[in-house]
Amino acid sequence: MHRLFPHTPEDISKMLGDCGLTELSQLYVDVPQELKLKEPYKLPARMSEPEVRRFFDDLGRRNRQGMICFAGAGFYDHYTPAAALNLVGRSEFLTAYTPYQPEISQGTLQYIFEYQTMMSRLTGMEISNASMYDGATATAEAMMMAVASVRKRRRVLVSATINPAYRRVVDTYAHYHGIEVETIAEADGVTSREDLEAKLQEFSDVAAVIVPVPNYYGIVEDYTGLSELVHSNKALLVMTCVAADLAVLKTPGEWGADIACGDSQSLGIPLSYGGPYLGFICSTKALMRKMPGRVVGATHDSEGRRCFVLTLQAREQHIRREKATSNICSNQGLMTLYVSIYMSLMGAEGLREIAEHGHAAAEYLAKKMTEDGRASLRYPDKPFLNEFVLRTDYPVDTLIHAAMKSENILAGVKLNEHEILMAATEMQTREDIDRLAAVARKCN
Amino acid sequence: MNKELYGNLVFELSHKGRKGYALPANGLDNAGALNDMPAAVMRTGAPDLPECDELTVVRHYNNMSTNNFGVDTGFYPLGSCTMKYNPKLNEEIASHRAFAGLHPFAPASAVQGALKAYWTLQQLLSEIGGMSEFTLNPFAGAHGELTGLMVIRRYHESRGDTKRRKVIVPDSAHGTNPASAAVAGLEIVEVKSRPDGTVDVDDLRPLLDDTVAAMMMTNPNTLGIFEKNIPEIAHMVHEAGALMYYDGANLNPMLGVARPGDMGFDVMHINLHKTFSTPHGGGGPGSGPVGVREGLEEFLPTPRVVRRHVNSDDQPVAEENRFAIEYGPEALGSISATLGNFAVQLRALSYILSLGSDGLMQVGPLATLNANYIKEMLKDDYLLPIETVCKHEFVFDGLRDKSTGVTTLNVAKRLLDHGYHAPTIYFPLLFHESLMIEPTESESLETLDDFIGVMHDIAREARETPDVVINAPHNTPITHPDDTEAALHPILTYDELAAQ
Repeated sequence: MHRLFPHTPEDISKMLGDCGLTELSQLYVDVPQELKLKEPYKLPARMSEPEVRRFFDDLGRRNRQGMICFAGAGFYDHYTPAAALNLVGRSEFLTAYTPYQPEISQGTLQYIFEYQTMMSRLTGMEISNASMYDGATATAEAMMMAVASVRKRRRVLVSATINPAYRRVVDTYAHYHGIEVETIAEADGVTSREDLEAKLQEFSDVAAVIVPVPNYYGIVEDYTGLSELVHSNKALLVMTCVAADLAVLKTPGEWGADIACGDSQSLGIPLSYGGPYLGFICSTKALMRKMPGRVVGATHDSEGRRCFVLTLQAREQHIRREKATSNICSNQGLMTLYVSIYMSLMGAEGLREIAEHGHAAAEYLAKKMTEDGRASLRYPDKPFLNEFVLRTDYPVDTLIHAAMKSENILAGVKLNEHEILMAATEMQTREDIDRLAAVARKCN
Repeated sequence: MNKELYGNLVFELSHKGRKGYALPANGLDNAGALNDMPAAVMRTGAPDLPECDELTVVRHYNNMSTNNFGVDTGFYPLGSCTMKYNPKLNEEIASHRAFAGLHPFAPASAVQGALKAYWTLQQLLSEIGGMSEFTLNPFAGAHGELTGLMVIRRYHESRGDTKRRKVIVPDSAHGTNPASAAVAGLEIVEVKSRPDGTVDVDDLRPLLDDTVAAMMMTNPNTLGIFEKNIPEIAHMVHEAGALMYYDGANLNPMLGVARPGDMGFDVMHINLHKTFSTPHGGGGPGSGPVGVREGLEEFLPTPRVVRRHVNSDDQPVAEENRFAIEYGPEALGSISATLGNFAVQLRALSYILSLGSDGLMQVGPLATLNANYIKEMLKDDYLLPIETVCKHEFVFDGLRDKSTGVTTLNVAKRLLDHGYHAPTIYFPLLFHESLMIEPTESESLETLDDFIGVMHDIAREARETPDVVINAPHNTPITHPDDTEAALHPILTYDELAAQ
């Protein structure tokens, strides 16, 4: 037998006998013969553990290893603490399902409650749910949540400066869910207040305005007066954010947002070629009953002990079915444990230091990349935290390929032939930046 | 599992000035670096986060974990969730250093191994599902349902057939089915079940017209019964111009037996965290790949991974550019920023390779054997509403003896005292006292016999000392949490808790 099946031939005979059967095939008498597989799957033969390891080692060698990463665009190469990586592997956490039985799930429920608290403090919002899939779907769900919260308005205004990978998902959800999406134009890299005012004038059915913190170009936009403008038009303000940056940037709560959403990958989650990451949604308490997904609340048991349970379940799909705010069920549970551990290790001071390192490195990177006068900042007058757009005289492809080949550096994310988005974190050093700048000097 | 409640919150362990990290030196002047940022865009005051050294954090979360029950702790017969064993090798592969550091927007030439892993898994799933191609982008089962329904809408749209806005779902369906349809902008029409939960074909017939986009089904259904009439249902649905959607939540018993594609389904999703052994993680991250039959591939969401041997000019493609990412014009759009929960996909690939063709052929029959064995051994004490061979799971309608006052909830809570996770309860809604049991193929005869013994003991207690069962659990870290209070006065953060 296989190591993953405990059944011996004797076990199988005994169990079949107790069921009044003699053959395993009799368990499938109800499956019409013409539907049954006529031969085994055309799949590889079973592999032992060493063979599986070797298979993935071989695949791994086809990836470029150990690159210094200046690519961002919403997902950043951060320090991943060994303690966080190790603790999420605790099998009591890892192999549990949704905490339907609170008596034997206090571990899961407790870390989700801690996570909700930390996220609400980080975003400056009153409440948080127990997680969404990723930043893109969280933004789309925030849009649906806003539309569900405002009566008879099915239009949203989305800034042109949000992450285009998020925008594609917002557009998809909107298209099928029957929501109109209008783009607020960009002016010199930031959301055009003039265009927003014009669109709020033009459309009387705007449910929400969605803007980024920071924006796709790395710019930290000044939203002074925005919430007053949006609220005076009876719409909700939604901010889609890079979570870690909120440790130092003005929070959605401070800006007066109704819903904060985004991705928490930046809180030390490994890049892992796209996932698992961690979408989040936080909001004012007034919108609590429109919040998608699971929520954990504190209560006490019959002996008076403080404990935690899934709560407000009347909003959810298994009760509300087609009337639910969202269809989300499984989310990214374990990743909330990861970022709770991460934030517990880092504290506010650690997150601030990380932001300082990223900012200092990005400023130095910008300085070095523009030094020879053949590249310049695309938006030189706008503040950035750790990411910016570089405009190059030479083709961006040349830089990306030369840096990868000669220095094993991923230079950034290409925006077009002559623009590249570059990010820095605590993981790159002055020397790495000097090496990249040296490559750039040789690009033609 | 530790029966004593640990119960501390990390905020209560915080001590000002402690820290659990050290950042790498970067050779730059970091301190005060943010002083050049405009004050208007900076937050006033730091967030109030814990301050802890590493060991304090490690002990805290370790202790917390001891109040949790997972598959590695004990038997977890939670119906419809397929709580099979999550092989340790999968975890090792998922954190493989050759994949963990890859940026999702790295050039394809730098991530050929990752793209090949994705492409290989989608090929293997296509063979198992009897489909033509899979997208692995959806993050969970419900996300897969949503994506699959979007594929269906996109297909009808592409033919200019825009009036098809109804999805037919059995009244026994999982709650996610109607919720996913609503998010996809589709209207739900319920078709009645017969007493065994199978679709009533006579009730279905008049519902089928040119406004129906799809019929959405699990097979076997939520009672663990195989829909014998599936060829006829698929024929009727296709005649009406609609597509068949397979909810893969119950795929496990069909491994090695029959493929959804051969049953007449056009679009399906698979829960990798059920059938393909990736851990449930306390509610994610999961993965919900969506497969389509031939002719529907171009509607799958972007980004899409393709393998090319020649380029658009018919020139051979070098090995280092064999796998590429595409954004095709006919696609339904994007449902994720990246290619999905990649590390979960690696785990599922590791599982399929470990079992191989012959191993996978045994999964369904052994899971089904385990379920039937429990059903047969317990039907003397528990009410079995449907006397037939079941698939991976089955449903009891509570205890046979209804005079004791002991409910399904009581039985479930008493099981916790004995070191078992409870089955799924009060679902499906077809019975008042549903107790849905799914053992999976991972469990040994001894484990099943122990469970059966405890279930018999509980039935005896219900007759002899019913209060013991009614007041259960007695032996868990907490007992009888006040759900009503939690919902009436929601306390969702430590700040709200501390303000009390």
